[in-house]
This record gives sequence, C-alpha cells and structure tokens, in this order.
Amino acid sequence: MFYIYCPYCKEHREEEEFHAKGQAHIERPADPDSCTDKEWGEYLYFRKNPRGLHHEMWVHAVGCRKFFNVTRDTQTYEIKEVYKMGERPTITAQNQTAAKQA
Amino acid sequence: MATQKNRLKSGGRIDRNKPLTFFYNGQPYQGFQGDTLASALIANGVDVIGRSFKYGRPRGIMSAGADEPNAIMQLGATEATQIPNVRATQQELYQGLHCRSTSGWPSVDFDAMGLIGQFFGRMLPPGFYYKTFMFPESFWELYEKFIRKAAGFGRSPRENDPDIYDHMNQHTEVLVVGAGPAGLSAALSAARAGARVILADENAEFGGSLLSSRELIDGDPAHLWVKKAVEELAQNDNVLLLPRSTVNGYHDHNFVTIHERLADHISDKAPEGKARQRMHRVRAKWVVLATGAHERPLVFANNDIPGCMLASAVSTYIRQYGVIPGNNLVLMTSNDYAYRTAFDWQDTGRKVIAIVDSRQNPTGQYVEEAKNRGIKVMTGSAVIQAEGGKRVNGAMIAPISADGDRVTGDGTVLSCDTIASSGGWSPVVHLSCHTGSRPVWRGDIHGFVPGETVQQQLIAGAVSGSYSLSECLKEGLDIGLLAATNAGHATDSLNVTVPKVEELVEGERMAMFYVPHSKPTSRAPKQFVDYQNDVTAAGIELATREGFESIEHVKRYTAMGFGTDQGKMGNINGMAITAKSLNKTIPETGTTVFRPNYTPVTFGAIAGRHCRDLFDPKRYTAMHEWHVENGAKFEDVGQWKRPWYYPKPGETMQDALNRECRATRESVGILDASTLGKIDIQGKDAREFISRVYTNAWAKLAVGKCRYGLMCGEDGMVFDDGVTSCLGENHFLMTTTSGGAARVLEWLELYHQTEWPELEVYMTSVTDHWATMSIAGPNSRKLLAELTDDIDLDKDNFKFMDWRQGTVAGVPARVFRISFTGELSFEINVPAHYGMHVWKKLFEHGAKYNLTPYGTETMHVLRAEKGFIIAGQDTDGSVHPYDLGMSWCVSENKPFSFIGKRGMKREDCVKENRKQLVGLKPKDPSKVIPEGSQAVDNPNQPIPMTMLGHVTSSYYSACLGHGIAMGMIRNGHNRMGDTVYYPQADGSVIEAEICSPIFLDPKGERQNV
Amino acid sequence: MQKYSGFGLLKHALSYHENWQRVWRNPKPKKKYDIVIVGGGGHGLATAYYLAKVHNITNIAVVEKGYLGGGNTARNTTIVRSNYLWDEAAHLYEHAMKLWEGLSQDLNYNVMFSQRGVLNLGHTLQDMRDIQRRVNANRLNGIDGEVLDARQVQEIVPIMDCSANTRYPVLGASWQPRAGVARHDAVAWGYARAADSMGVDLIQQCEVVDIITEDGAAVGVETKQHGSIMADRIGCVVAGNSGVMANMAGFELPIESHPLQALVSEPIKPILDTVVMSNHVHGYISQSDKGDLVIGAGIDGYNGYGQRGSYPTIEHTLQAIVELFPIFSRVRMNRQWGGIVDTCPDACPIISATPVENLFFNCGWGTGGFKATPGSGHVFAATLAKGEAHELAKPFTMFRFHDGALVDEHGAAGVAH
Repeated sequence: MFYIYCPYCKEHREEEEFHAKGQAHIERPADPDSCTDKEWGEYLYFRKNPRGLHHEMWVHAVGCRKFFNVTRDTQTYEIKEVYKMGERPTITAQNQTAAKQA
Repeated sequence: MATQKNRLKSGGRIDRNKPLTFFYNGQPYQGFQGDTLASALIANGVDVIGRSFKYGRPRGIMSAGADEPNAIMQLGATEATQIPNVRATQQELYQGLHCRSTSGWPSVDFDAMGLIGQFFGRMLPPGFYYKTFMFPESFWELYEKFIRKAAGFGRSPRENDPDIYDHMNQHTEVLVVGAGPAGLSAALSAARAGARVILADENAEFGGSLLSSRELIDGDPAHLWVKKAVEELAQNDNVLLLPRSTVNGYHDHNFVTIHERLADHISDKAPEGKARQRMHRVRAKWVVLATGAHERPLVFANNDIPGCMLASAVSTYIRQYGVIPGNNLVLMTSNDYAYRTAFDWQDTGRKVIAIVDSRQNPTGQYVEEAKNRGIKVMTGSAVIQAEGGKRVNGAMIAPISADGDRVTGDGTVLSCDTIASSGGWSPVVHLSCHTGSRPVWRGDIHGFVPGETVQQQLIAGAVSGSYSLSECLKEGLDIGLLAATNAGHATDSLNVTVPKVEELVEGERMAMFYVPHSKPTSRAPKQFVDYQNDVTAAGIELATREGFESIEHVKRYTAMGFGTDQGKMGNINGMAITAKSLNKTIPETGTTVFRPNYTPVTFGAIAGRHCRDLFDPKRYTAMHEWHVENGAKFEDVGQWKRPWYYPKPGETMQDALNRECRATRESVGILDASTLGKIDIQGKDAREFISRVYTNAWAKLAVGKCRYGLMCGEDGMVFDDGVTSCLGENHFLMTTTSGGAARVLEWLELYHQTEWPELEVYMTSVTDHWATMSIAGPNSRKLLAELTDDIDLDKDNFKFMDWRQGTVAGVPARVFRISFTGELSFEINVPAHYGMHVWKKLFEHGAKYNLTPYGTETMHVLRAEKGFIIAGQDTDGSVHPYDLGMSWCVSENKPFSFIGKRGMKREDCVKENRKQLVGLKPKDPSKVIPEGSQAVDNPNQPIPMTMLGHVTSSYYSACLGHGIAMGMIRNGHNRMGDTVYYPQADGSVIEAEICSPIFLDPKGERQNV
Repeated sequence: MQKYSGFGLLKHALSYHENWQRVWRNPKPKKKYDIVIVGGGGHGLATAYYLAKVHNITNIAVVEKGYLGGGNTARNTTIVRSNYLWDEAAHLYEHAMKLWEGLSQDLNYNVMFSQRGVLNLGHTLQDMRDIQRRVNANRLNGIDGEVLDARQVQEIVPIMDCSANTRYPVLGASWQPRAGVARHDAVAWGYARAADSMGVDLIQQCEVVDIITEDGAAVGVETKQHGSIMADRIGCVVAGNSGVMANMAGFELPIESHPLQALVSEPIKPILDTVVMSNHVHGYISQSDKGDLVIGAGIDGYNGYGQRGSYPTIEHTLQAIVELFPIFSRVRMNRQWGGIVDTCPDACPIISATPVENLFFNCGWGTGGFKATPGSGHVFAATLAKGEAHELAKPFTMFRFHDGALVDEHGAAGVAH
C-alpha cells in the first residue's frame, strides 16, 4: 500500500484515501470539433504505459478532493515526487537518463 | 494416559507445576504449560504424526518452528472452531486442546495408502498427472474425483466462525522483526536513542535462539540476558512489544502487516467479547529485519523416516522444552555449529552414537570438544540412508569424496533411533523479497541474503549472514542505532556496549546439500527435498532431464515449495540439486521470489470487522424507520437501502405495485427520493461549467427554473442524468442518480481542477443534507396546499419545471414542480432532520386522499409508462443521446464543445443501423417480456441467432392494462410498428410491436394541470 | 514426440524413469524464420502450435525473455468460461471453449480441464437484469447458460451464505455448466511440447530489445542474448509488456498495465466444487485439485509492472469471500501474488495489424487471457499465416479505438474477470 503525500493537505496519507486517475498531463484538445476521429480516439484511449518513471494523476478522494500529479516508478513503485495541477515534473525519464550518463 | 517417556527430569522453559491435558486423535495426553503441541507429542513418544501426501509414508516432526513440513494438524474441539493445517511446532499447548492428524486412512499408524504407495509410488513421478488420465476422454471427471479426494490436509469448519478479528493501524519509527539476539539488540539501541519502536516475534517468548543457546552472555546464561533486555524494553513507553505476532507481509513504502494471535494459546475460541487475532497494519519509517536463519537438513535416502530431524530442532526440544526425541543419536553435519546438538544430547545422559561429518578434516574447537567428550566423530562420511519403518532404527554410513559428490566405500549401519542432520543455514530472506527485491547468493555462507531494495530496510544478524552470537549482538546494536538515526534521532552521545560472549571458534563449513548414495539418485531409496509435496532428489533430476531447466519450471513441475511451509525447509536444497544436475552454480540457477505470507494467515484476520453489517456502510434516509414500520421491502441501490415496494398483508408484489401505481395516477402517491445525489454548485462561472458538462443548453435557465440534463463521457456515451435547478444567478443544485452521485462529483471536480481551473466554481455534495419526498398524482397540489401557506401553488404562478422556496409543515423547504411520473408532482426538499416530521405531516393530511407510499419499483413502472429512461438500466455505457431518441436534449449550437459532443460524432457513433431505444408492446396484453430478453426478427433462425437488442425495462402497467417495455432494437427508430420476437429460455417466444416508448399521455397534459 | 499414457508411465517406472525424453529442445536460434513470435506464454505457444498444426508453417521461433509460461499463464486463477455478453466477444471465447474441450487429447498432455461450472452471482436487481441479458444473449449464440435464483444457487453451493443476512444478499446467478478451470502451467507446457515436436524453435532466456524495421515494415527482432533474428512476420504476444514493445516499434497502444492480485489458501479437503464469481462484492473463488482455495482479487487502479499490488485489495477480496463463505473465516491464506494485466478501455483484447507492416499484436486481454488461450492462439495463428485478421479477430482491431466501434464488456456486469 502506497504512502502518498498530498500536496494540498501537506501530509502523507494512506493509499486508501486516494484514487489513481491515470496518465497525467493529457490536455483536452482546444477545439474538439476539428479533431479527426484518430486524434479524438488517441485523446480518449491511448496512454503512455512505461515500465519505469510515469507521471500520473491521483485524487485525494476521501480527503481534500484535490487532483494532483505523481511521478512514480511503475517497476519499484517508488514515488519520486508529487506536484500540483498545472505544475511540471522535475524528474523525468529523460533527465534521469541524462543524469546517469553524466 | 500415555506417559511422557521422552520428558527430561529437569531443564527447559516449561512449567512442570502446570500439567495440561490434551487430546490427539481422540486419546488423552499430558504436557506442560510452555510446551508446544509438537514438544508435548514428542514428550509422549508419538513418532508418526502424519502420512505423506503422495506415497502415504509415515512422517514425524522435523523441526521446531515455522519451517515444519510434516506436523500439520486439525485443531479444534467443536465444529465451528475447527482450524485446519495448524503447525504443531508453533501451536502452544493449552488445557483441553483437541487435535487430529490430517492424513492417513484409516489412521496415521496404519495407513492403507501407505501400502498402495509402496507398490504404486514408482508410478508417480513429478508431473505424472499431465501424462495420464487422458483416456478415455470422458473419464477425466471420474479420475479427477479421486485426485481431489487425496488432496488437502485439514478441513474447513462447516459452521460459521464464532470469533471476531481486529485491525489496528500503527505508525512507528523503527519496526524490528524478530526478537532473537540481533532483534533484541536492535530494539534496545533504537529505543535507547529515543525512537518509537515495535518489536514483533512469531513466538510466545522473546529470545529466539538464545532460549536454547549454550553460550553465556556477560557470564550469565543467555536467557537471563534476554530477560533483562525484555524488561528494559517493556518499561519504555516508546516501545510496543508484540509476541505471538508474525510479520507476514512487507509491502510497498514500508507498509508491514503483523498477524498477532491473541487467543490461540488459550483456546480454539477467544474469550467472550475478545478478538481472536489482530492484524496490525504498520507504517514504519524504518524496518530492521532480524529474522534469523533456518537450518537446512541434508538430503539422504529415507530421510523422512520418523526420527530424522533437524539438528537445531533437537537442541531446541532438549533445552527449551525439556524433551528428547529418542535415546541414541546419530548426528550428521557439514559444519561445526551442529556439534552442539550432540553435546546437548549427551548432557541429558543419553547416548550419542556418532557424529558423522561430511568434511574430510574438520578442525574447529567444536570438533576438539566432541573428541574430548568421547564422542565418536566420523569424518569424510555421511549418513547415506536411514533405516527403519515407522521409526529410525539405524543409519547407513559411508565414506564420501572430498567434494561430497560420490560415495567412496562400503556403508556400515549403526543402530540408532534418531538421525539429526545439518547442512548449514539459510537466512530468512522472505520478507525482503516481498516488494520485488531478489536475494543474492553468498558463497562464503552457502546461502542467499537479502538483495538491494528500495524500501527503508536494514538487516541484522543471521539474516545478513552473520551467524555467530557475538556478531549478531553487535550488528543488532549497530543497526538499531542506524535505524534510529535514519528516523531522525541523535545517537552520537549514546554509549552502547556490546555484551561479552565466550564462543568456541568454528571451522570452515562445507557446501553440502545432497548426500550421495551408492546407487544413482534415480534408483536409490527416496531422498526427500520437500517433504510436504513428496518432492525427491530423483524427481528434481527427472524434471531437469525432461527439459524443465528454469528453477521456476522445476518448482512448478515438481510442486517444490508450494506447500504450507512454502519451501522454508527444502527450497535451497532443491535449488542445489537442480544446479548440480544442470552443471550450473546455485546463483546461475537463480532463486525463486518469496511472496507474502511468511506463514499462513487466517482469512478472518485479514478481513477484520468488515463483514456482515460492516462489510459496506448502509445508508438510510431520514424516513427509513417509517418505511420499516410500514412494511417496506428494500432494494440495495449503491450503499442506500431504498424502499422497493410496500406490500400489504396478503398482497403479492404485483398486487402491491398495481395498487401503488393506481393510487398515484388516481389520487396521490409519495416516494422517498432522498437518495438522489445532490450537488450544490456555486460561483460566477457555475452556469458556464454546467453547460460544458451537460449535453443540453443552460444559458437561459432563469432563477426559479429547473431543467433536465444528460451527462456524457468524452466518448459521447450517456453516464448520468438528473434535474438541475437555478437557485440564484450563480447558484445551482444538480441532482444525479442515487448510485452515481460520488462518481459525478469526482467527474465534475476532475474537469474543474484539470481542464478549466480558470472557471470560478465550487461544488459540494449536499445529498445527506436534504430529505426529499416526491408527491405525485392529481391530488398532490391539494395535499401540499394543506401544509404550506407561503408558496403560491396556483398552476400559472408555480409552473411545471419551476421551484419555490417556502415553508412546508412549518419547516423551511424547497419545492420543485418536477415530475418523473408524468403526473402533477411536487418534490419537497427539507433539511434532513425535519424529514420524518414533514413526511408524517403529509400522511396526516393525506389520509383523505388515500396518500399511498410507493417504492422504487412503482417509480420504475410510472416512469416507464412515460418513456423516461433510468441511466444505468436503459443505458450501459454504449449508448449516446441519439440512440436514446433524446436529440431534444443535445444542444449542437452551444459555443463550447461540451463533453461528449465530439465523441458522439465518431464514425461508429453516426453509422446507420445502431441499436436504438424504443418502446415495446407485447402482442399478448397479459405478457410482460422479461427484462434482458433478446430480440430477433426470425424466431425460427437456427442458433446462433441474429440479435437486435435487449429489453432494458419491462413491467405490467396496471393503469394501461397491458405489459409495456423499453428496449434496444437495431435501427429501431425507423422500425415503428414492426414485430420483433423474444425467444425465452423455456422455448416460448414473446411477440412485441415496436412503438414509441411514451405509453401514457404523450402530450404531457397530466403534469401540466 | 514421445506419447504419454498410463501404460507409458508404467513402462518408465520399471526403468526408474531414466528414459523420459525432453519435453522440448533447447535450440540455438536460426538467422531467419518465416514467423517470429515474441512471448512464450500460453497465447504465444498456442499461436506457434496452431501455425504448425493448422497452417503447416513450422519455420517459426518463439522468443521468450524468461521461461516458457512464466508470465500471466503462471499467475492466473485458471478460470475458463465463455459467457461473454457481446456477440464478438462471445464468439471468440466460445471458439476457445470448444478448443479447450478436446485439448488434452489434442496435445497428448493432460491440461486437467475440469468443467465444473461457473456461477456469476447477482446481488442487486440491476445485476440480475444484466445476468438475464447476458444469459439470453449466450443462449441465442449457442453458449450454454442458465439464470438461477438464490435457492438454486444454494443447491449448487450449499456452503455459501445465500440468506438475506449478508450485506448484499445473493439474488441469483448465471450458471455456465461447461465452464470450469484448467491446470495453468500444463497449458503452456502442453502447447510448447507439441509445437516443439513439429519443429518450432522455443528460445528461452532471449529478450527482445528492439523491433527491426525497414521502410516502415518489421523485418526482425533484436535480442539481448542472440543478436538479430529476422522474420517475414512478427507476432507480439507479450501481455503486460505490450506497451513497451509497441514503443520499440514506434507507436502507442490503448493499453495500460495494471497489477492483478490473487491468493491461495492452504490446501484443505474438497469443499467447493464449482467456481463462484461475484463482481458486486469483488471476489471469485474455486478450489484446485490440490485443495487450495484459489481466490482472485480486483485490479489495482494504478499502472504497475511490479507483479504485486496493494494490500487493501487483498483485504477487500477476503472480506467478500468471508461474507459469502463465513465458514472460511478460519481457513488461512498461504500465498498471494500479482500478475501484470494489459487492460484495454473496453475490456476486450486487441488482435490486430499495427501501423508497422508485418507486425501484429495480440494483447489487451486484461483479466480474460487464460480462458481464451486456445482461441487466441488459433485466430492469431490464422492472422499471422494469412497476414490479415481471422474473421473472429476482425472486431478486435486496434483501430476500433479511433472509429469508436468498441466491444464494451464493461457494460456486462458480472463478467469482468
């Protein structure tokens, strides 16, 4: 069971208080009506599914009801960072690889 | 009653002043307080405690702990308190304990299967069932019956468990697992540093190996040091001591479960009102694993004859329990450590026939000591075969090569009744593996130790490969301090001294797992690796010969490690034998990953209190008591208990529905609608927000007005609906389906927080704040008029789809003139606490109108007569508003591309021939098409038939006098008047005509009066 | 291939079992094959078997990064049934069911397919409506099934609490008598042995690290241990790793990999001889021939490749089991584990061509993979042999997620597993 820091409550709480909501940073197309079926299908269903670092959204469902982002390793289940909606991750697969090479 | 013939005159940690009577296979026996069931059985000279699963061979007690594969008992004095598969080595004895062996027919002492096993055992190599029982094909079910009969150890109780189980959430800084020398030391130093500590151990008494140790600590017997350590810890308020508590699972982010047995040592049933067991759900900042090591037996021929035991177990029985399992011991070892078993044995005055040492030239101080004691030490030798039937009566000893691979000379048989063996020790790495870390092989100790981990985990003592007592004590203290430091405590000034231990110096250990035989493995008598699953060395060799070369394949093909001991005793030996037959090293062969649980855990303890009434919360409305008193039958809707219908004495369900429907349509009925989800939405952008999440238009909804809305997903499929009312320019009340309320609120929050944070809008669930009662029927206005004087109910001043604030029955209320029945109808919302008062007032005044309560079923009928959908019943996530014929509820011209708009325009969603919701009228007016029936055009088409769609809602309409239904029909909107057929399971076919789903009052006149 | 039989067993017993042949070879990979199948689980091995047997294509390699049948084939709860709601899914799973029914003889390997029947319980009126709908659809599709009321359920499973005393009383169930369980490892081994005997190269410990493409077409796989292995066509059958594999080929899939947990009790004497599933209270249970109660939990909500999930999921599952079977409260859980399930948005698989020519995927089976093994292999073999989707596979194209022609089995409550 994960131990998740809610960036709004500013506390670690048990996973039971949260719901996982899938890949983070998926933006709703600004003009849905001009999307092709393919583009809309990709927005709807196609998701990153990495083995390793993943940016995903969680909601503090039975707490503050706030959505936020988590960078988590899908292999080790380590949570690397937690950040609010609208913010960008500081830890990414790219900069992790770069750091390793450097 | 049997005498305790193997009980020593003195010694052990048992209380000889407290004799206990227990029953094994119906016979009374005696033991002492402090015994385990196993030590008491040994004391009484019980040799055969089970029969092996495949071959029916007699089996005895092998070990003294969690690694025991054989002594698996059925415990319990009554049917309801039966406990299957109790390990006798871990069950404390109590007065009146009842147990039985779980194998052997007719009894363990005389087992018919054993005879069969002798003759047919050779027919049962690993995987034999894959290779046979195939012919004739139809016989497999018969074969399977027999296979199943042979399966299983104990049995489930047939009556419900009378006991309760607890959960307890814990947060700690340092969790120490195991209270042996390393664990106690770690707990001591962490606690001294000021850390909050939990110390858990699976045994009743703390101390681990120290309770049967020969060593002196600071000049005293080790158990005195344990006593002092435990006293110090017990006095520290920051320390929680958990004996009889197995850390059974190590989960992510240092979440650990501890299974505490609160009552298993007292009885098979907990004292009244007390929990039998408790699961501690622990979040630990740091975990110190001090789980020790398990001794490995050596694998030799007939090594399962009762009397073959682990060396350390023999010592434990002698020193901790004051029992000795025999008279004449042969000890076989590959290391010095096990020599102490011979010393322990000799100290009781019984005879050590020989120490058989696989090493050519052992040189340690233990060897010297053995010689000084006059014990015969046979080096470069091994017990290659045990002799005997139901008890060992001899050991065949032969010289072996220096690498231990071959027998190099003739065997001689020494007579003895006990063969203790030790092939060295395996660190208990199980917990460290639970979160995916792989153990790593250490050649110097011939064992796996915990590998790298991402958990906040430290290891101390034998689990880290440090086997000597002084190392364990020092490492424990150091690691305890480190854990405290890591948890944020200053430890610099702490002065920790390591206790002094006098130890004999051990010589080098030999890597010995499998003992060679003069015959090849395939022809030698059986050499058992995993006792519980009857896995032999020959079986493993056969598996590799057949091409099962991965250790996982070997395990699965032979079933090695799949028993209740989960391979604690046999796995490493099995891997070594696998490696050898593949000409690989053990690390090349790999290890298997251990999963929770460390030892088995009661289902009830994992479930805790969350069963029956507490399985899931029940939600009641404010008027629930009234419903109960008035005989309502209830339906589960989400977590809600909703009145389903209110039968009167003698009425069938259909009678009740007919009466409720008629009363409503003819006069007035009342529904408790409190369970509908209610979301209060405020903010200057509330209106914009609502128009984005609903399919229809909201721009012009004036204050005081209500409107029905459809909610879709981005795929365009309907997922909820309800009426939203404009309470103020920036204030709305949205209603949702009863079951969908939480999901809708989360959905709204998702879009607000992630997509449109710029919108100023606030949402709150107010479902429980309001009691909602819907009065419907031609007399509903008259009834309401009697209870309100500040709401103008005039039909032109309070129109359909208006709402008004006012007072009802003296209580502030919101009244909505909306209708789900097609009747003149008012939905009265009052603060929940006043719900019952208003409800009763309505009945006081309603009697003269025959005010009739109706439940969800009548509501369903009434709305179906009007063709109103129920989201989740008439929709299933694959229909969009157009499929439902609800294009009137989709506003294509809204400036913002509302949720669902793009989705419902995808190629598949706009194609011809989609399934569409229509009304269905059975040709035979007395028929009601069962819900879920599938429509076909040609009832005579052979199977598979072409299905057009299913019936989503179907009822008998008392008001119309015939059955009515709604359902999906392919291209249904263009097929009005066509006949479709519904083939039923009983072979009958119901005919129906496709029609408009609005069966009653298509113009809506009844609600507009 | 050495024929297995009771007589053979006796013969080998007399020679101390020293002469059993290898069940499969351990070949070095060739430079090039007609078809390379990535993934040596049940589905991949079945694909190879049917390619060889039905389509006479034997110049095939199955490359497996671990050991044969070591993924979800080794970790599932072994339930086999075909009572799916939608025609497309029902036909596919029934195709599999028919193959299951002769599989032991077909493979000369006893996969212990035990048709002991599966109950899908209903606990709410809506559950019962969904059950009626599904069973009616099954019946008209030629799939056996009945709707039972609570009393009939009680007769089939006398030890289950079908009273009104539970939080969500059992109102009834669907019952598929032909459904049941099979011995999961045996399925992989049986297919492997039979495929090997027809010349298929099974290459274990061989990890694919890249898909080699030329002009937008796949021409081979790059492996960690054996370098490049070329092929005319490539079929990926790698379940939870499908996303990773698709990324190698440069596209994404509508698939997320989630942990799915299961657990077994200690072995106990036979007490439950059907399979009982409940979606509403989230748990399903059967008893293996060894005596273990085999219990499946729900899917964890997050993506995970760790072959483990969260503890509360296990708690909820056992709460459901104890709620349904209060007599099991004192039985003990021996072991829990997790698989990685590749889940599609509509809970149906992808058996499909991809944006890369000559590269085909068979994935997204979610919780339904094991039961489909023979059918999946059979239609994927046809797809690979012909280079175009088998009739039964056509609805399961990955491009349905563009045009919206989903086969939404989520709607069919009670059958998500």
